[in-house]
Amino acid sequence: MNGTIGEPALTSPADRPDAPVHAAESTGRSLWRQLMGSNTAWIFVVLLVLVAIFSAMKPGNFPTEFNIRAIATNASVLLIIAVGETFVIITAGIDLSVGYVLLFSGVAAAETMAAFGDPTNKGWDVILLGLLVALASGLAWGILNGFLIAKAKVPALIVTLGTLGMAWGLAEILSNGQDVRYIPRELATIGVGRFFAVPWLVILAAVVAIAGAILLNMTKFGRYTIGIGSNQEAARRAGINVERHLIKVYALSGLLAGLGGFLALAYFTTTTISGHANDNLNAIAAVVIGGTSLFGGVGTVIGTAIGVFIPAVLQSGFIIIGIQSFWQNVAVGAVLIGAVFVDQLRRRSRERR
Amino acid sequence: MAEPLLQARGIVKHYGHVEALRGADFDVYPAEIVALIGDNGAGKSTLVKVLSGTEQPDGGEIILEGRAVQIDSPAVAQQFGIETVYQDLALAPDLDGAANLYFGREIMLPGVLGKLGFLDDRAMHASARKAFAELGVDVQNAHRMVANLSGGQRQSVAVARSVTWTDKVVFLDEPTAALGAVQTARVLDVIRRIRDRGGAAIFISHNMPQVLQVADRIEVLRLGRRVARMDAAGTTIEQLVAAMTGALDSREGAA
Repeated sequence: MNGTIGEPALTSPADRPDAPVHAAESTGRSLWRQLMGSNTAWIFVVLLVLVAIFSAMKPGNFPTEFNIRAIATNASVLLIIAVGETFVIITAGIDLSVGYVLLFSGVAAAETMAAFGDPTNKGWDVILLGLLVALASGLAWGILNGFLIAKAKVPALIVTLGTLGMAWGLAEILSNGQDVRYIPRELATIGVGRFFAVPWLVILAAVVAIAGAILLNMTKFGRYTIGIGSNQEAARRAGINVERHLIKVYALSGLLAGLGGFLALAYFTTTTISGHANDNLNAIAAVVIGGTSLFGGVGTVIGTAIGVFIPAVLQSGFIIIGIQSFWQNVAVGAVLIGAVFVDQLRRRSRERR
Repeated sequence: MAEPLLQARGIVKHYGHVEALRGADFDVYPAEIVALIGDNGAGKSTLVKVLSGTEQPDGGEIILEGRAVQIDSPAVAQQFGIETVYQDLALAPDLDGAANLYFGREIMLPGVLGKLGFLDDRAMHASARKAFAELGVDVQNAHRMVANLSGGQRQSVAVARSVTWTDKVVFLDEPTAALGAVQTARVLDVIRRIRDRGGAAIFISHNMPQVLQVADRIEVLRLGRRVARMDAAGTTIEQLVAAMTGALDSREGAA
């Protein structure tokens, strides 16, 4: 994709006195090497092993079309917010607020749509209005996060912990603590609808992930995101407006959380106020498990997509083999710590060079 | 002598109670190599940071080509044609050599795709290889992540980055500190090439034989002020050391 122009070296070895020592590193083709060198390849193996184990234990229940579709659909909304989180974490930041920004956006959209007459029978114009409200809500929270982090210099951990609480509280206030259950019928159709055998939600999530991968690897926005995460001072000295870029990155994360909130509405046909406690953990875990470094500068959207399926597969698998699904939280937490530990080791060995 | 290319007049900079620069002066002329020397804490790095826009002075004046200018940020310095190679190398380790060379000045794809923000990586790699080849830097570095390069290779990329973008003024803060003999010679060649193109190269170094070997002129800082200016020709290491330690304060303005 990037940096894979296969030209032969222009200079002879005689022109490169230090070449023999480093020749081995230079031969790889970057994308493949990036995959193999990061956790991504390993975590893909872990995912395959998990699928194999669950399939072997319950061959009649786990590897079925129905279950695969359920896992993919459940993972869709998580993938969308995890793509935004990937960009944030590559800048060496963190966004803890995504789960409740998602909830707030969903509630705001649902309340807006409910305000128009007959609760469930509404036109596409009202649905579109709901979508815009959800996107605008997410974007606003994201810009607030970005502004406080980049301009006011409050640590991202604290800012997004604060907006997590604020978005949660305001969502409860807006809905009076009652789930909004009147979702337009047409919207619910999208939530469970399919294009041939593939649910619309899965298609949308895939589109977001592919767009995210292109944005990260092929555009200036992605290049600055990686560069700022890699060495913020270098970016500043290179004349890049670091503050403005960070605001954009958090805005993107908020925007995708808003989209996620709207799609969750379509899928569950209710606001599910109490159902988002784990979204933050799962999104951050997916990103980090997928090989994105909490120290910034390193990460892929492909890795995140694989990372998203680990909690999704665990949850489904545990339910099917009859283990309490709470064990999923325990397992995801442990895998998260393991992934960060491996990243630490890698980084330390690199700094010893 | 011609008009100075870049001048600093009475630059003051303090960090809290610490006065790093107490009215420092500095001059550099077109087509010359100036060594900026001084003991630790003399204010050399701070002066370079002020002149390259990384730090804002608390007082004093910067004059570029006869015009008083304000260098609010590194971006402004770059617009003026002032590039800097920092002691703590300002490279992004997770990007490759070409991406670092073009960091902040990316080549975009032609047409609509470029307007949408798509990078022309092929073009950037091609011209990075060319630039590296011209400077005697290993062209393979264009494709390697900087994290995987040795200290010397990183230094070469940083030097290549600065001289690719300006013909005017290049500051180099201890450019050969991390280098072996061969690479040191190459970097010094690059410095001479800046001068031969009519630009000014200013380098900080603690290596006195190297200073006398490469520089045309030497400016000495002590305790945040310029205390001596001397031509390299005919100057001895003993004189440099004397100026740095204060035994030679009377020679102010000797150039």
